[in-house]
Amino acid sequence: MRWSKKLQFSVSSSQLSVEGGVLRTENWELRTRTLAILLAIVMLLSAAPAAEEKHISVYSPVAIYTLPVLDRAGREYVGLLELLEPLGRVSSQLDGRRWELRYNAVDAEFVAGKTRARIHGRNFDFAAPFLIENSRGLVPLTSLNALLPRFLGTSANFRESARRLFVGDVGIQISFQLDASNPSRLALNFSAPVNPTISTEPGKLRMVFKRDPVVSPGSQLISFANKVITQASYSEDNGDAELDIAANEPLMASFSSDRRTIVVSAVPPATTPAVSGTQNPAPAPPAANVASGNSHRVLAVVDPAHGGDERGAALTDKLAEKDVTLGFARLLRHELEIRGFAVTLLREGDTSLTLDQRAAAANVARAGIYISLHAVSQGSGARVYTALLPVEGTSKGVFHAWNAAQSPALPVSRIVSAAIVAEMQKREFPVQASSASLRPLNNVFMPAVAVELAPGEDGIADLTSANYQQRAASAIADAIVSVRDRLGAQP
Amino acid sequence: MIPRHLLIGVAALLLLVVSMGIYLRHMRRQAGQFESSAADTLPVTPPASGPTETVTLYVADDAAGALRPRAAQIPLPGGRQQRAEELLRALLRIYQQPGALHPLAPAADIRSIYLVDPGAAVIDLNAAFADQHRSGILSEQLTVNSLVETLARNVPGVNRVNILVEGKTRETLAGHADLTETFDVTTIEQAGNQ
Repeated sequence: MRWSKKLQFSVSSSQLSVEGGVLRTENWELRTRTLAILLAIVMLLSAAPAAEEKHISVYSPVAIYTLPVLDRAGREYVGLLELLEPLGRVSSQLDGRRWELRYNAVDAEFVAGKTRARIHGRNFDFAAPFLIENSRGLVPLTSLNALLPRFLGTSANFRESARRLFVGDVGIQISFQLDASNPSRLALNFSAPVNPTISTEPGKLRMVFKRDPVVSPGSQLISFANKVITQASYSEDNGDAELDIAANEPLMASFSSDRRTIVVSAVPPATTPAVSGTQNPAPAPPAANVASGNSHRVLAVVDPAHGGDERGAALTDKLAEKDVTLGFARLLRHELEIRGFAVTLLREGDTSLTLDQRAAAANVARAGIYISLHAVSQGSGARVYTALLPVEGTSKGVFHAWNAAQSPALPVSRIVSAAIVAEMQKREFPVQASSASLRPLNNVFMPAVAVELAPGEDGIADLTSANYQQRAASAIADAIVSVRDRLGAQP
Repeated sequence: MIPRHLLIGVAALLLLVVSMGIYLRHMRRQAGQFESSAADTLPVTPPASGPTETVTLYVADDAAGALRPRAAQIPLPGGRQQRAEELLRALLRIYQQPGALHPLAPAADIRSIYLVDPGAAVIDLNAAFADQHRSGILSEQLTVNSLVETLARNVPGVNRVNILVEGKTRETLAGHADLTETFDVTTIEQAGNQ
């Protein structure tokens, strides 16, 4: 038997004493033992903790994102196209071993296995060979500090040991303010809104900043002359920043409404877990993450319209609507996340999705709100649209017509639209509300709006301005927070 | 051994086939250019004739993001369908004038309008209307609203409108306004009044 021969080979390779002419019963015993060994190996492998995937975090005024880091020949690499794509218009072409890249107006040429490249007509030397894998160009992380300014025309600060890349002046500063009153309170003030993941363990409250460009407060370890909160330590690793607050009592954290301040304080005695022991499994409740006493995070689906071959409106000769909507969507995602929403972006890159696929994705996710983002070169400010449908719609019992699935949610959609208009007007951002026969707005059954961003005072340049988009995104996010109680919660 | 004269004959025939192919391709390209330019510039239908009537056209204003009623005197033929077509062509002429508040391509035209009782109308646009339309939610929606409202207010009994392009259903006008659905006149009027 072929199988038993293989088995015998594997057993003999394990240096067990197996002779060629063994009895049938011995063969059976060997098979069982070998299977048991294999099973044990598989179980051990599956039980072993998976090595944490390496990634790099990129912080820029336009987008905040993470990318996987690849180990090649003992060095760390990242895909250059993927790195630049969220920051501007980028395209690439592979010609044998040559890989050509165009980022905005900068042309570059790389050769697989070579350390020298041509960028914007000048030579550039990598610290390790440039690689091509699956038509992707990979560059060594150690060269990013020198490489990126050639493309971006702005400073880039790559902290290699932490794999954190700061493009431009985006760092968020921290300052500490201790209030030694009873109970002790430590206020952490940030220069911009933050949304860390907070957890507690005995004697420590840990904040992990995955998407916030928080930078070191100056010293890695800060000691406080306080009986309860004794010190704060800052560290960075694998794309994340971490702030640990050490204390002699269990701690809790709460956020200010603008999420620029986190107050860490001792848990009041009445709420201290009664169970004795060393574990405090409950994470500190970040107040703003759980708004209005609702223990579920509302899921927002943000849809950057168009993508792939479907470019949308030609805003200029070179600027397509699909590129503006993607950058705008990333900013809105950040703004919503720091306000405690779970956010799904329907496309992360230049990919095409049909209108039905977009609607289906939002419906399947059972999102609390759907926001479609568009851009246009005419007009000024922003326009907020709800579906152009009769409120009642056509329905057959529990079923709704696909083209009128939005009808039952239309009253809430109009409330959301009105809230966005009010919030933008409060910030003196020109805005109009209207109705439009716009798919997939008609096909989603949760509250849904479309926001079309038009140029501001500086004309078409505003559409790619991070500051302009940020103002709009922040207003939309605040408006959605204000109507959060009207939106469905993620189960 | 193949005879020499046979080889020469086959080679000459092959050469003839290749040169005919090139010539055919050249002729097809020329014909295509002629057809597209002709389609863009030639009038599709003869000018309307009939008694001049005063009608109200609902003209889109991009800056205001709204429709403006505008009285116009146009010759209207007797038939209900021809009357509807002339109404919308009069509307298009406004959009095709230099400096229009809601410009449409010069080649944009109405191919036909079908009035289907009870209360349904189908507007068939030419390809240039959609292909050369500016892309944007507001611009596209104003075009749709303008066509629907002008038709409904001047042709009694129309309360639902479908829009086709070159006789076929098209997903969107220019990337945004959904053309797959039936437009309800009341809903559009209510939206316009908001």
